[in-house]
Amino acid sequence: MSQIETGMPVAPVQRKKVKPARYTKYLYLLPAAVVVIAVIGYPVLRAIYISFFHYNPLSGKMTFAGIDNYLNIFGNKVFHRAIWNSIVWIFGAVSLQTLFGIIGAVLLNQNFRGRGVIRGLVLIPWATPSVLAAMMWMWILDGNYGMLNDLLMRLDLIQLPIPWLSQPSTAMASLILIDVWQGIPFFAVMLLAAMQTIPSDLIESSKLDGANAWQTFWRVMFPLFLPTLLITVTLRIVWTASYMDLMMVITQGGPAYRTLTIPLMAYYTAYSDLKFGMAASMAMVQAALLLVVVIFYLRLLAKQGVLDHE
Amino acid sequence: MNRITVGYRLRKGLPRVLLWVMLIGWLTFALGPYVWMLLTSFKPLSQLFTWPVRYLPEVWSVKSYGDLFRQTEFSLFMRNSIIVAFCTMVLTMLLAVPAAFSLSRHRIRGKKFILAFLISSQFFPSILLVLSLFSIMKQLGLLQSLVGLMLVNTAFVTPFTIWLIKGFFDSIPKEIDEAAKIDGCNEVQMIRHVLLPVLVPGLVAAAAYIVIFSWNEFLFAVTFASAERVNTIPVGLKSFIGEYATRWDLLTAGGVIAALPILIFFISIQRRLISGLTSGAVKS
Repeated sequence: MSQIETGMPVAPVQRKKVKPARYTKYLYLLPAAVVVIAVIGYPVLRAIYISFFHYNPLSGKMTFAGIDNYLNIFGNKVFHRAIWNSIVWIFGAVSLQTLFGIIGAVLLNQNFRGRGVIRGLVLIPWATPSVLAAMMWMWILDGNYGMLNDLLMRLDLIQLPIPWLSQPSTAMASLILIDVWQGIPFFAVMLLAAMQTIPSDLIESSKLDGANAWQTFWRVMFPLFLPTLLITVTLRIVWTASYMDLMMVITQGGPAYRTLTIPLMAYYTAYSDLKFGMAASMAMVQAALLLVVVIFYLRLLAKQGVLDHE
Repeated sequence: MNRITVGYRLRKGLPRVLLWVMLIGWLTFALGPYVWMLLTSFKPLSQLFTWPVRYLPEVWSVKSYGDLFRQTEFSLFMRNSIIVAFCTMVLTMLLAVPAAFSLSRHRIRGKKFILAFLISSQFFPSILLVLSLFSIMKQLGLLQSLVGLMLVNTAFVTPFTIWLIKGFFDSIPKEIDEAAKIDGCNEVQMIRHVLLPVLVPGLVAAAAYIVIFSWNEFLFAVTFASAERVNTIPVGLKSFIGEYATRWDLLTAGGVIAALPILIFFISIQRRLISGLTSGAVKS
Protein backbone atom coordinates (compact mmCIF):
# COMPACT_ATOMS: atom_id res chain seq x y z
CA MET A 1 0.00 0.00 0.00
CA SER A 2 1.06 3.57 -0.31
CA GLN A 3 2.87 5.59 2.24
CA ILE A 4 -0.18 7.40 3.46
CA GLU A 5 -2.13 4.35 4.41
CA THR A 6 0.77 2.67 6.16
CA GLY A 7 1.40 5.86 8.08
CA MET A 8 4.92 6.26 6.77
CA PRO A 9 6.15 9.80 6.43
CA VAL A 10 5.96 11.16 2.93
CA ALA A 11 9.41 11.24 1.44
CA PRO A 12 10.69 14.79 1.21
CA VAL A 13 11.84 14.29 -2.37
CA GLN A 14 9.00 13.17 -4.61
CA ARG A 15 9.91 9.86 -6.09
CA LYS A 16 9.05 9.31 -9.69
CA LYS A 17 7.59 5.86 -9.16
CA VAL A 18 5.76 4.72 -6.07
CA LYS A 19 6.51 1.06 -5.60
CA PRO A 20 3.67 -1.09 -4.33
CA ALA A 21 4.52 -3.39 -1.48
CA ARG A 22 6.23 -6.44 -2.77
CA TYR A 23 3.35 -8.88 -2.38
CA THR A 24 0.26 -6.73 -2.90
CA LYS A 25 0.64 -6.93 -6.63
CA TYR A 26 0.52 -10.72 -6.49
CA LEU A 27 -2.51 -10.49 -4.22
CA TYR A 28 -4.43 -8.85 -7.07
CA LEU A 29 -3.69 -11.84 -9.26
CA LEU A 30 -4.44 -14.45 -6.63
CA PRO A 31 -8.26 -14.78 -6.79
CA ALA A 32 -8.31 -15.08 -10.57
CA ALA A 33 -5.41 -17.53 -10.48
CA VAL A 34 -7.13 -19.73 -7.89
CA VAL A 35 -10.37 -19.99 -9.86
CA VAL A 36 -8.68 -20.55 -13.21
CA ILE A 37 -6.29 -23.16 -11.82
CA ALA A 38 -9.03 -24.97 -9.92
CA VAL A 39 -11.59 -25.04 -12.73
CA ILE A 40 -9.34 -25.23 -15.80
CA GLY A 41 -5.78 -26.16 -14.84
CA TYR A 42 -6.52 -29.01 -12.50
CA PRO A 43 -9.19 -30.63 -14.69
CA VAL A 44 -6.88 -30.56 -17.69
CA LEU A 45 -4.20 -32.40 -15.74
CA ARG A 46 -6.83 -34.76 -14.43
CA ALA A 47 -7.98 -35.51 -17.97
CA ILE A 48 -4.45 -36.55 -18.87
CA TYR A 49 -4.47 -38.83 -15.83
CA ILE A 50 -7.90 -40.32 -16.55
CA SER A 51 -6.86 -41.18 -20.09
CA PHE A 52 -4.68 -43.96 -18.62
CA PHE A 53 -7.57 -45.53 -16.71
CA HIS A 54 -10.82 -47.34 -17.32
CA TYR A 55 -13.12 -44.95 -15.53
CA ASN A 56 -16.86 -44.67 -14.95
CA PRO A 57 -17.67 -41.70 -12.72
CA LEU A 58 -21.22 -42.87 -12.06
CA SER A 59 -20.14 -46.14 -10.43
CA GLY A 60 -16.85 -44.57 -9.33
CA LYS A 61 -14.94 -47.57 -10.68
CA MET A 62 -11.43 -46.69 -11.80
CA THR A 63 -8.85 -49.27 -12.88
CA PHE A 64 -5.44 -48.69 -14.38
CA ALA A 65 -5.36 -49.27 -18.12
CA GLY A 66 -1.87 -48.21 -19.17
CA ILE A 67 -1.98 -47.18 -22.80
CA ASP A 68 -4.92 -49.49 -23.58
CA ASN A 69 -7.26 -46.59 -24.28
CA TYR A 70 -4.86 -45.12 -26.80
CA LEU A 71 -4.25 -48.47 -28.50
CA ASN A 72 -7.99 -49.02 -28.60
CA ILE A 73 -8.90 -45.77 -30.24
CA PHE A 74 -6.14 -45.97 -32.81
CA GLY A 75 -7.40 -49.39 -33.81
CA ASN A 76 -10.98 -48.15 -34.01
CA LYS A 77 -12.30 -47.53 -37.53
CA VAL A 78 -14.91 -45.09 -36.25
CA PHE A 79 -12.18 -42.99 -34.65
CA HIS A 80 -10.32 -42.89 -37.96
CA ARG A 81 -13.55 -41.69 -39.50
CA ALA A 82 -13.83 -39.03 -36.78
CA ILE A 83 -10.32 -37.76 -37.49
CA TRP A 84 -11.16 -37.49 -41.17
CA ASN A 85 -14.46 -35.77 -40.41
CA SER A 86 -12.66 -33.28 -38.17
CA ILE A 87 -10.26 -32.46 -40.98
CA VAL A 88 -13.08 -31.94 -43.48
CA TRP A 89 -15.04 -29.88 -40.96
CA ILE A 90 -12.13 -27.62 -40.02
CA PHE A 91 -10.78 -27.19 -43.52
CA GLY A 92 -14.19 -26.62 -45.10
CA ALA A 93 -15.41 -24.14 -42.53
CA VAL A 94 -12.22 -22.14 -42.06
CA SER A 95 -11.29 -21.84 -45.72
CA LEU A 96 -14.74 -20.59 -46.72
CA GLN A 97 -14.82 -18.17 -43.81
CA THR A 98 -11.40 -16.84 -44.77
CA LEU A 99 -12.45 -16.29 -48.36
CA PHE A 100 -15.74 -14.57 -47.56
CA GLY A 101 -14.23 -12.82 -44.56
CA ILE A 102 -11.66 -11.08 -46.76
CA ILE A 103 -14.33 -10.07 -49.25
CA GLY A 104 -16.52 -8.87 -46.38
CA ALA A 105 -13.74 -6.80 -44.85
CA VAL A 106 -13.03 -5.14 -48.19
CA LEU A 107 -16.74 -4.33 -48.56
CA LEU A 108 -17.05 -2.90 -45.07
CA ASN A 109 -13.93 -0.83 -45.63
CA GLN A 110 -15.55 1.07 -48.52
CA ASN A 111 -17.28 4.39 -48.14
CA PHE A 112 -21.04 4.05 -48.45
CA ARG A 113 -24.16 5.41 -46.90
CA GLY A 114 -25.38 3.61 -43.78
CA ARG A 115 -22.03 1.95 -43.22
CA GLY A 116 -22.32 1.93 -39.43
CA VAL A 117 -25.74 0.28 -39.48
CA ILE A 118 -24.73 -2.33 -42.06
CA ARG A 119 -21.57 -3.16 -40.14
CA GLY A 120 -23.72 -3.84 -37.12
CA LEU A 121 -26.29 -5.89 -39.02
CA VAL A 122 -23.89 -8.26 -40.76
CA LEU A 123 -22.34 -9.05 -37.40
CA ILE A 124 -25.55 -10.44 -35.99
CA PRO A 125 -24.91 -14.11 -36.90
CA TRP A 126 -21.75 -13.91 -34.83
CA ALA A 127 -23.70 -13.02 -31.67
CA THR A 128 -26.29 -15.72 -32.32
CA PRO A 129 -26.44 -18.57 -29.78
CA SER A 130 -25.32 -21.80 -31.41
CA VAL A 131 -28.55 -23.59 -30.56
CA LEU A 132 -30.54 -20.82 -32.16
CA ALA A 133 -28.38 -20.91 -35.30
CA ALA A 134 -28.79 -24.68 -35.43
CA MET A 135 -32.53 -24.38 -35.03
CA MET A 136 -33.03 -21.65 -37.65
CA TRP A 137 -31.05 -23.58 -40.23
CA MET A 138 -32.72 -26.90 -39.42
CA TRP A 139 -36.00 -25.23 -40.26
CA ILE A 140 -34.65 -23.73 -43.50
CA LEU A 141 -32.96 -26.97 -44.58
CA ASP A 142 -35.82 -29.25 -43.50
CA GLY A 143 -36.39 -32.08 -45.96
CA ASN A 144 -40.20 -31.87 -45.93
CA TYR A 145 -41.17 -28.26 -45.36
CA GLY A 146 -37.84 -26.45 -45.72
CA MET A 147 -37.69 -23.05 -47.34
CA LEU A 148 -34.49 -23.80 -49.25
CA ASN A 149 -35.98 -26.77 -51.07
CA ASP A 150 -39.04 -24.72 -51.89
CA LEU A 151 -36.91 -21.92 -53.33
CA LEU A 152 -34.75 -24.28 -55.37
CA MET A 153 -37.81 -26.04 -56.74
CA ARG A 154 -39.49 -22.79 -57.68
CA LEU A 155 -36.30 -21.88 -59.54
CA ASP A 156 -36.34 -25.34 -61.18
CA LEU A 157 -32.88 -26.11 -59.87
CA ILE A 158 -34.01 -29.36 -58.25
CA GLN A 159 -36.94 -31.64 -59.00
CA LEU A 160 -37.44 -33.21 -55.57
CA PRO A 161 -36.88 -31.90 -52.06
CA ILE A 162 -33.47 -32.80 -50.63
CA PRO A 163 -33.14 -33.86 -46.98
CA TRP A 164 -29.97 -31.79 -46.57
CA LEU A 165 -29.23 -32.66 -42.98
CA SER A 166 -30.21 -36.31 -42.95
CA GLN A 167 -28.58 -37.69 -46.07
CA PRO A 168 -24.91 -38.71 -45.74
CA SER A 169 -23.69 -36.85 -48.82
CA THR A 170 -24.90 -33.40 -47.76
CA ALA A 171 -24.99 -33.49 -43.95
CA MET A 172 -21.44 -32.31 -43.29
CA ALA A 173 -21.63 -29.67 -46.02
CA SER A 174 -24.81 -28.31 -44.46
CA LEU A 175 -23.17 -28.07 -41.04
CA ILE A 176 -20.23 -26.27 -42.61
CA LEU A 177 -22.67 -23.83 -44.21
CA ILE A 178 -24.13 -23.02 -40.79
CA ASP A 179 -20.70 -22.53 -39.24
CA VAL A 180 -19.66 -20.31 -42.14
CA TRP A 181 -22.81 -18.26 -41.58
CA GLN A 182 -21.82 -17.75 -37.94
CA GLY A 183 -18.11 -17.24 -38.61
CA ILE A 184 -17.84 -14.80 -41.53
CA PRO A 185 -18.47 -11.72 -39.36
CA PHE A 186 -15.61 -12.63 -37.04
CA PHE A 187 -13.17 -12.79 -39.93
CA ALA A 188 -14.55 -9.65 -41.52
CA VAL A 189 -14.22 -7.68 -38.29
CA MET A 190 -10.72 -8.83 -37.48
CA LEU A 191 -9.51 -8.07 -40.99
CA LEU A 192 -11.38 -4.79 -41.14
CA ALA A 193 -9.60 -3.70 -37.98
CA ALA A 194 -6.29 -4.61 -39.58
CA MET A 195 -7.12 -2.82 -42.83
CA GLN A 196 -8.00 0.33 -40.96
CA THR A 197 -4.51 0.49 -39.48
CA ILE A 198 -3.00 0.64 -42.98
CA PRO A 199 -1.95 4.25 -43.59
CA SER A 200 -4.00 5.68 -46.44
CA ASP A 201 -1.01 7.49 -47.98
CA LEU A 202 0.44 4.06 -48.78
CA ILE A 203 -2.64 3.23 -50.81
CA GLU A 204 -2.74 6.69 -52.37
CA SER A 205 0.86 6.51 -53.44
CA SER A 206 0.48 3.08 -54.98
CA LYS A 207 -2.46 4.44 -56.99
CA LEU A 208 -0.39 7.42 -58.04
CA ASP A 209 2.26 4.97 -59.20
CA GLY A 210 -0.36 3.61 -61.56
CA ALA A 211 -1.49 0.48 -59.78
CA ASN A 212 -5.15 -0.43 -60.21
CA ALA A 213 -7.38 -1.39 -57.28
CA TRP A 214 -6.72 -5.11 -57.71
CA GLN A 215 -2.94 -4.65 -57.74
CA THR A 216 -3.09 -2.24 -54.83
CA PHE A 217 -5.04 -4.77 -52.81
CA TRP A 218 -2.68 -7.68 -53.41
CA ARG A 219 0.64 -5.85 -53.43
CA VAL A 220 0.10 -3.19 -50.79
CA MET A 221 -2.77 -4.12 -48.49
CA PHE A 222 -2.54 -7.89 -48.43
CA PRO A 223 1.06 -8.13 -47.11
CA LEU A 224 0.14 -5.63 -44.39
CA PHE A 225 -2.85 -7.49 -43.07
CA LEU A 226 -1.35 -10.95 -43.61
CA PRO A 227 -0.16 -11.28 -39.98
CA THR A 228 -3.68 -10.56 -38.71
CA LEU A 229 -5.10 -12.97 -41.25
CA LEU A 230 -2.78 -15.72 -40.05
CA ILE A 231 -3.69 -15.08 -36.43
CA THR A 232 -7.39 -15.09 -37.21
CA VAL A 233 -7.13 -18.30 -39.20
CA THR A 234 -5.22 -20.07 -36.42
CA LEU A 235 -7.68 -18.89 -33.79
CA ARG A 236 -10.57 -20.05 -35.89
CA ILE A 237 -8.98 -23.44 -36.61
CA VAL A 238 -8.73 -24.16 -32.91
CA TRP A 239 -12.25 -22.95 -32.16
CA THR A 240 -13.75 -24.85 -35.06
CA ALA A 241 -11.95 -28.00 -34.01
CA SER A 242 -13.58 -27.89 -30.58
CA TYR A 243 -16.94 -26.59 -31.70
CA MET A 244 -19.54 -29.31 -31.58
CA ASP A 245 -22.76 -27.57 -30.57
CA LEU A 246 -24.18 -27.76 -34.08
CA MET A 247 -23.58 -31.50 -34.33
CA MET A 248 -24.96 -32.10 -30.87
CA VAL A 249 -28.18 -30.31 -31.69
CA ILE A 250 -28.69 -31.27 -35.32
CA THR A 251 -27.13 -34.56 -36.35
CA GLN A 252 -25.68 -36.27 -33.26
CA GLY A 253 -22.81 -37.41 -35.45
CA GLY A 254 -25.03 -39.08 -38.03
CA PRO A 255 -26.05 -40.02 -40.64
CA ALA A 256 -23.68 -43.00 -40.84
CA TYR A 257 -21.01 -41.26 -38.70
CA ARG A 258 -20.64 -38.63 -41.41
CA THR A 259 -20.65 -35.71 -38.96
CA LEU A 260 -18.92 -37.37 -36.02
CA THR A 261 -15.85 -35.27 -35.18
CA ILE A 262 -13.20 -36.11 -32.57
CA PRO A 263 -14.62 -34.05 -29.67
CA LEU A 264 -18.13 -35.25 -30.44
CA MET A 265 -17.04 -38.86 -30.40
CA ALA A 266 -15.24 -38.24 -27.11
CA TYR A 267 -18.40 -36.70 -25.70
CA TYR A 268 -20.60 -39.64 -26.63
CA THR A 269 -17.97 -42.16 -25.53
CA ALA A 270 -18.11 -40.51 -22.12
CA TYR A 271 -21.78 -39.71 -21.68
CA SER A 272 -23.45 -42.50 -23.66
CA ASP A 273 -21.00 -45.37 -23.21
CA LEU A 274 -19.72 -44.10 -19.83
CA LYS A 275 -16.12 -44.80 -20.88
CA PHE A 276 -14.57 -41.64 -19.52
CA GLY A 277 -11.01 -42.95 -19.76
CA MET A 278 -11.31 -43.71 -23.42
CA ALA A 279 -13.06 -40.41 -24.05
CA ALA A 280 -10.22 -38.59 -22.28
CA SER A 281 -7.68 -40.31 -24.51
CA MET A 282 -9.58 -39.08 -27.59
CA ALA A 283 -9.63 -35.58 -26.17
CA MET A 284 -5.88 -35.84 -25.57
CA VAL A 285 -5.30 -36.74 -29.21
CA GLN A 286 -7.32 -33.69 -30.17
CA ALA A 287 -5.40 -31.49 -27.72
CA ALA A 288 -2.04 -32.77 -28.96
CA LEU A 289 -2.94 -32.00 -32.57
CA LEU A 290 -4.13 -28.52 -31.64
CA LEU A 291 -1.07 -27.82 -29.51
CA VAL A 292 0.95 -27.59 -32.70
CA VAL A 293 -1.42 -24.92 -33.97
CA VAL A 294 -1.34 -23.04 -30.66
CA ILE A 295 2.44 -22.93 -30.60
CA PHE A 296 2.40 -21.56 -34.12
CA TYR A 297 -0.10 -18.94 -32.95
CA LEU A 298 1.98 -17.85 -29.96
CA ARG A 299 5.04 -17.45 -32.14
CA LEU A 300 3.05 -15.25 -34.48
CA LEU A 301 1.89 -13.14 -31.54
CA ALA A 302 5.42 -12.90 -30.18
CA LYS A 303 6.61 -11.73 -33.60
CA GLN A 304 3.89 -9.09 -33.59
CA GLY A 305 5.08 -7.97 -30.18
CA VAL A 306 1.68 -8.52 -28.56
CA LEU A 307 3.22 -10.37 -25.62
CA ASP A 308 5.82 -7.71 -24.92
CA HIS A 309 5.17 -5.14 -22.34
CA GLU A 310 6.27 -1.63 -22.91
CA MET B 1 -13.91 12.81 -67.45
CA ASN B 2 -10.43 14.11 -66.88
CA ARG B 3 -7.62 12.26 -65.16
CA ILE B 4 -8.25 13.73 -61.77
CA THR B 5 -11.81 12.50 -61.48
CA VAL B 6 -10.71 9.03 -62.61
CA GLY B 7 -8.15 8.97 -59.85
CA TYR B 8 -10.76 10.13 -57.40
CA ARG B 9 -13.17 7.37 -58.37
CA LEU B 10 -10.50 4.74 -57.93
CA ARG B 11 -9.68 6.01 -54.53
CA LYS B 12 -13.30 5.58 -53.59
CA GLY B 13 -13.00 1.87 -54.31
CA LEU B 14 -15.43 -0.62 -55.82
CA PRO B 15 -18.00 0.42 -58.42
CA ARG B 16 -21.21 1.38 -56.61
CA VAL B 17 -23.50 -1.16 -58.26
CA LEU B 18 -21.21 -4.08 -57.56
CA LEU B 19 -20.73 -2.88 -53.99
CA TRP B 20 -24.45 -2.71 -53.30
CA VAL B 21 -25.24 -6.02 -54.98
CA MET B 22 -22.66 -7.70 -52.77
CA LEU B 23 -23.78 -5.90 -49.64
CA ILE B 24 -27.41 -6.79 -50.22
CA GLY B 25 -26.46 -10.39 -50.93
CA TRP B 26 -24.52 -10.51 -47.69
CA LEU B 27 -27.32 -8.91 -45.67
CA THR B 28 -29.81 -11.40 -47.11
CA PHE B 29 -27.61 -14.34 -46.16
CA ALA B 30 -26.87 -12.95 -42.70
CA LEU B 31 -30.39 -11.90 -41.77
CA GLY B 32 -32.52 -14.24 -43.88
CA PRO B 33 -32.64 -16.95 -41.22
CA TYR B 34 -33.81 -14.39 -38.64
CA VAL B 35 -36.52 -13.05 -40.91
CA TRP B 36 -37.73 -16.54 -41.68
CA MET B 37 -37.80 -17.44 -37.98
CA LEU B 38 -39.74 -14.27 -37.21
CA LEU B 39 -42.29 -14.95 -39.97
CA THR B 40 -42.67 -18.56 -38.88
CA SER B 41 -43.26 -17.59 -35.28
CA PHE B 42 -46.32 -15.55 -36.33
CA LYS B 43 -47.96 -18.39 -38.23
CA PRO B 44 -50.53 -20.65 -36.62
CA LEU B 45 -49.33 -24.25 -36.30
CA SER B 46 -51.56 -25.45 -39.16
CA GLN B 47 -49.80 -23.12 -41.62
CA LEU B 48 -46.29 -24.28 -40.78
CA PHE B 49 -46.52 -27.55 -42.62
CA THR B 50 -47.70 -26.60 -46.08
CA TRP B 51 -46.16 -27.52 -49.38
CA PRO B 52 -45.28 -25.53 -51.40
CA VAL B 53 -44.18 -23.19 -48.64
CA ARG B 54 -46.29 -20.08 -48.02
CA TYR B 55 -43.94 -17.27 -47.16
CA LEU B 56 -46.11 -14.74 -45.39
CA PRO B 57 -48.53 -15.76 -42.67
CA GLU B 58 -52.14 -15.83 -43.95
CA VAL B 59 -53.29 -14.79 -40.53
CA TRP B 60 -50.82 -13.19 -38.19
CA SER B 61 -51.07 -15.06 -34.93
CA VAL B 62 -49.27 -14.75 -31.63
CA LYS B 63 -50.54 -18.10 -30.42
CA SER B 64 -47.02 -19.61 -30.54
CA TYR B 65 -45.84 -17.03 -28.03
CA GLY B 66 -48.82 -17.71 -25.78
CA ASP B 67 -48.23 -21.46 -25.95
CA LEU B 68 -44.56 -20.94 -25.25
CA PHE B 69 -45.27 -19.36 -21.89
CA ARG B 70 -48.34 -21.44 -21.04
CA GLN B 71 -47.24 -24.92 -22.08
CA THR B 72 -43.52 -24.83 -21.42
CA GLU B 73 -41.14 -23.73 -18.72
CA PHE B 74 -39.70 -21.02 -20.96
CA SER B 75 -40.01 -18.27 -18.38
CA LEU B 76 -38.02 -20.44 -15.98
CA PHE B 77 -35.32 -20.92 -18.64
CA MET B 78 -35.19 -17.17 -19.12
CA ARG B 79 -34.87 -16.61 -15.40
CA ASN B 80 -32.02 -19.15 -15.20
CA SER B 81 -30.22 -17.63 -18.19
CA ILE B 82 -30.45 -14.15 -16.73
CA ILE B 83 -29.18 -15.29 -13.34
CA VAL B 84 -26.26 -17.21 -14.82
CA ALA B 85 -25.28 -14.45 -17.24
CA PHE B 86 -25.48 -11.72 -14.62
CA CYS B 87 -23.63 -13.59 -11.88
CA THR B 88 -20.96 -14.82 -14.28
CA MET B 89 -20.42 -11.25 -15.38
CA VAL B 90 -20.12 -9.86 -11.84
CA LEU B 91 -17.87 -12.69 -10.64
CA THR B 92 -15.59 -12.48 -13.65
CA MET B 93 -15.22 -8.72 -13.38
CA LEU B 94 -14.35 -8.99 -9.70
CA LEU B 95 -11.62 -11.48 -10.54
CA ALA B 96 -10.38 -9.90 -13.75
CA VAL B 97 -10.13 -6.19 -12.95
CA PRO B 98 -7.53 -6.45 -10.15
CA ALA B 99 -5.58 -9.08 -12.05
CA ALA B 100 -5.57 -6.99 -15.22
CA PHE B 101 -4.50 -3.92 -13.25
CA SER B 102 -1.61 -5.76 -11.69
CA LEU B 103 -0.47 -7.18 -15.01
CA SER B 104 -0.67 -3.78 -16.65
CA ARG B 105 0.97 -1.67 -13.96
CA HIS B 106 3.29 -3.82 -11.89
CA ARG B 107 6.44 -5.75 -12.50
CA ILE B 108 5.32 -9.34 -12.19
CA ARG B 109 7.67 -12.25 -12.34
CA GLY B 110 6.89 -14.51 -15.29
CA LYS B 111 4.61 -11.93 -16.88
CA LYS B 112 5.35 -13.09 -20.38
CA PHE B 113 4.38 -16.61 -19.44
CA ILE B 114 1.18 -15.45 -17.76
CA LEU B 115 0.20 -13.40 -20.81
CA ALA B 116 0.88 -16.33 -23.12
CA PHE B 117 -1.21 -18.50 -20.85
CA LEU B 118 -4.09 -16.01 -20.82
CA ILE B 119 -4.27 -15.70 -24.57
CA SER B 120 -3.90 -19.43 -25.19
CA SER B 121 -6.64 -20.18 -22.68
CA GLN B 122 -9.06 -19.52 -25.51
CA PHE B 123 -7.75 -22.69 -27.02
CA PHE B 124 -8.56 -25.16 -24.29
CA PRO B 125 -10.57 -27.86 -25.98
CA SER B 126 -13.77 -27.56 -23.98
CA ILE B 127 -14.24 -31.32 -24.34
CA LEU B 128 -11.29 -31.84 -21.95
CA LEU B 129 -12.98 -29.71 -19.31
CA VAL B 130 -16.35 -31.29 -19.85
CA LEU B 131 -14.90 -34.74 -19.28
CA SER B 132 -12.92 -34.17 -16.13
CA LEU B 133 -15.04 -31.50 -14.49
CA PHE B 134 -18.03 -33.82 -14.43
CA SER B 135 -16.74 -36.07 -11.66
CA ILE B 136 -15.21 -33.18 -9.73
CA MET B 137 -18.49 -31.28 -9.79
CA LYS B 138 -20.37 -34.42 -8.87
CA GLN B 139 -18.25 -34.83 -5.74
CA LEU B 140 -18.75 -31.19 -4.79
CA GLY B 141 -22.50 -31.40 -5.39
CA LEU B 142 -22.33 -28.72 -8.08
CA LEU B 143 -24.00 -30.75 -10.82
CA GLN B 144 -27.51 -29.62 -11.73
CA SER B 145 -27.03 -26.29 -10.02
CA LEU B 146 -26.84 -22.75 -11.36
CA VAL B 147 -23.92 -22.01 -9.03
CA GLY B 148 -21.87 -24.78 -10.62
CA LEU B 149 -22.62 -23.50 -14.08
CA MET B 150 -21.66 -19.94 -13.10
CA LEU B 151 -18.36 -21.12 -11.69
CA VAL B 152 -17.44 -23.04 -14.82
CA ASN B 153 -18.44 -20.15 -17.09
CA THR B 154 -16.51 -17.72 -14.92
CA ALA B 155 -13.34 -19.78 -15.00
CA PHE B 156 -13.68 -20.21 -18.72
CA VAL B 157 -14.05 -16.50 -19.57
CA THR B 158 -11.76 -15.04 -16.89
CA PRO B 159 -8.42 -15.47 -18.72
CA PHE B 160 -9.58 -13.77 -21.88
CA THR B 161 -11.37 -11.04 -19.91
CA ILE B 162 -8.14 -10.29 -18.03
CA TRP B 163 -6.39 -10.03 -21.36
CA LEU B 164 -9.01 -7.63 -22.68
CA ILE B 165 -9.08 -5.39 -19.62
CA LYS B 166 -5.30 -5.37 -19.38
CA GLY B 167 -5.30 -3.94 -22.89
CA PHE B 168 -7.61 -1.13 -21.75
CA PHE B 169 -5.44 -0.39 -18.71
CA ASP B 170 -2.38 -0.31 -20.98
CA SER B 171 -4.00 2.37 -23.08
CA ILE B 172 -4.23 4.74 -20.11
CA PRO B 173 -0.97 6.67 -19.80
CA LYS B 174 1.00 5.85 -16.66
CA GLU B 175 1.48 9.55 -15.96
CA ILE B 176 -2.11 9.60 -14.75
CA ASP B 177 -1.30 7.06 -12.02
CA GLU B 178 1.68 9.04 -10.93
CA ALA B 179 -0.25 12.26 -10.77
CA ALA B 180 -2.88 10.54 -8.64
CA LYS B 181 -0.27 9.15 -6.31
CA ILE B 182 1.44 12.47 -5.92
CA ASP B 183 -1.95 13.89 -5.01
CA GLY B 184 -2.06 11.37 -2.19
CA CYS B 185 -4.23 8.56 -3.53
CA ASN B 186 -3.38 5.09 -2.41
CA GLU B 187 -3.54 2.37 -4.99
CA VAL B 188 -7.09 1.21 -4.36
CA GLN B 189 -8.34 4.81 -4.37
CA MET B 190 -6.43 5.44 -7.54
CA ILE B 191 -8.06 2.48 -9.29
CA ARG B 192 -11.52 3.46 -8.07
CA HIS B 193 -11.50 7.19 -8.58
CA VAL B 194 -9.02 7.72 -11.38
CA LEU B 195 -8.66 4.66 -13.59
CA LEU B 196 -12.09 3.02 -13.49
CA PRO B 197 -14.00 6.09 -14.72
CA VAL B 198 -11.69 6.25 -17.76
CA LEU B 199 -12.09 2.53 -18.25
CA VAL B 200 -15.90 2.46 -18.31
CA PRO B 201 -16.24 1.96 -22.07
CA GLY B 202 -13.71 -0.85 -21.99
CA LEU B 203 -15.38 -2.49 -19.03
CA VAL B 204 -18.73 -2.33 -20.79
CA ALA B 205 -17.20 -4.14 -23.76
CA ALA B 206 -15.71 -6.80 -21.49
CA ALA B 207 -18.99 -7.22 -19.63
CA ALA B 208 -20.82 -7.56 -22.92
CA TYR B 209 -18.42 -10.22 -24.06
CA ILE B 210 -19.08 -12.18 -20.87
CA VAL B 211 -22.86 -11.78 -21.00
CA ILE B 212 -23.03 -12.82 -24.65
CA PHE B 213 -20.79 -15.80 -23.99
CA SER B 214 -22.79 -16.97 -21.05
CA TRP B 215 -26.20 -16.32 -22.65
CA ASN B 216 -25.19 -18.39 -25.67
CA GLU B 217 -23.20 -21.12 -23.93
CA PHE B 218 -24.54 -24.59 -24.61
CA LEU B 219 -22.00 -27.35 -24.00
CA PHE B 220 -21.35 -26.76 -20.29
CA ALA B 221 -25.02 -26.07 -19.66
CA VAL B 222 -26.27 -29.24 -21.32
CA THR B 223 -23.63 -31.34 -19.56
CA PHE B 224 -23.68 -29.91 -16.05
CA ALA B 225 -27.21 -28.53 -15.78
CA SER B 226 -29.44 -30.82 -17.79
CA ALA B 227 -32.32 -31.01 -15.31
CA GLU B 228 -35.26 -28.89 -16.43
CA ARG B 229 -35.35 -26.71 -13.32
CA VAL B 230 -31.81 -25.46 -14.02
CA ASN B 231 -32.00 -25.33 -17.83
CA THR B 232 -30.79 -22.18 -19.52
CA ILE B 233 -32.49 -20.97 -22.73
CA PRO B 234 -30.23 -22.85 -25.20
CA VAL B 235 -30.73 -26.16 -23.38
CA GLY B 236 -34.43 -25.46 -22.98
CA LEU B 237 -34.81 -24.65 -26.68
CA LYS B 238 -33.04 -27.85 -27.57
CA SER B 239 -35.61 -29.82 -25.60
CA PHE B 240 -38.28 -28.63 -28.08
CA ILE B 241 -36.47 -30.52 -30.82
CA GLY B 242 -37.97 -33.96 -30.56
CA GLU B 243 -36.85 -37.17 -32.18
CA TYR B 244 -40.04 -37.45 -34.24
CA ALA B 245 -41.96 -34.23 -33.86
CA THR B 246 -40.26 -30.91 -33.50
CA ARG B 247 -42.33 -28.06 -32.12
CA TRP B 248 -41.40 -25.46 -34.69
CA ASP B 249 -44.02 -23.07 -33.38
CA LEU B 250 -42.49 -23.10 -29.89
CA LEU B 251 -38.93 -23.15 -31.21
CA THR B 252 -39.32 -20.13 -33.45
CA ALA B 253 -41.19 -18.12 -30.84
CA GLY B 254 -38.63 -19.06 -28.20
CA GLY B 255 -35.85 -18.28 -30.64
CA VAL B 256 -37.17 -14.79 -31.28
CA ILE B 257 -37.42 -14.08 -27.56
CA ALA B 258 -33.98 -15.55 -26.87
CA ALA B 259 -32.41 -13.49 -29.64
CA LEU B 260 -34.02 -10.15 -28.76
CA PRO B 261 -32.06 -9.14 -25.65
CA ILE B 262 -28.75 -10.27 -27.07
CA LEU B 263 -29.34 -8.45 -30.35
CA ILE B 264 -30.39 -5.21 -28.70
CA PHE B 265 -27.44 -5.42 -26.37
CA PHE B 266 -25.06 -6.35 -29.15
CA ILE B 267 -26.12 -3.67 -31.60
CA SER B 268 -26.02 -0.98 -28.96
CA ILE B 269 -22.42 -1.70 -28.04
CA GLN B 270 -21.01 -3.44 -31.11
CA ARG B 271 -18.56 -0.71 -31.96
CA ARG B 272 -16.87 -0.82 -28.58
CA LEU B 273 -17.01 -4.57 -28.35
CA ILE B 274 -15.29 -4.96 -31.67
CA SER B 275 -12.54 -2.45 -31.04
CA GLY B 276 -11.96 -4.19 -27.72
CA LEU B 277 -11.93 -7.72 -29.06
CA THR B 278 -9.68 -6.95 -31.98
CA SER B 279 -7.17 -4.90 -30.01
CA GLY B 280 -5.43 -8.03 -28.78
CA ALA B 281 -4.60 -9.29 -32.22
CA VAL B 282 -4.11 -6.04 -34.05
CA LYS B 283 -1.66 -3.90 -32.24
CA SER B 284 -0.86 -0.81 -34.12
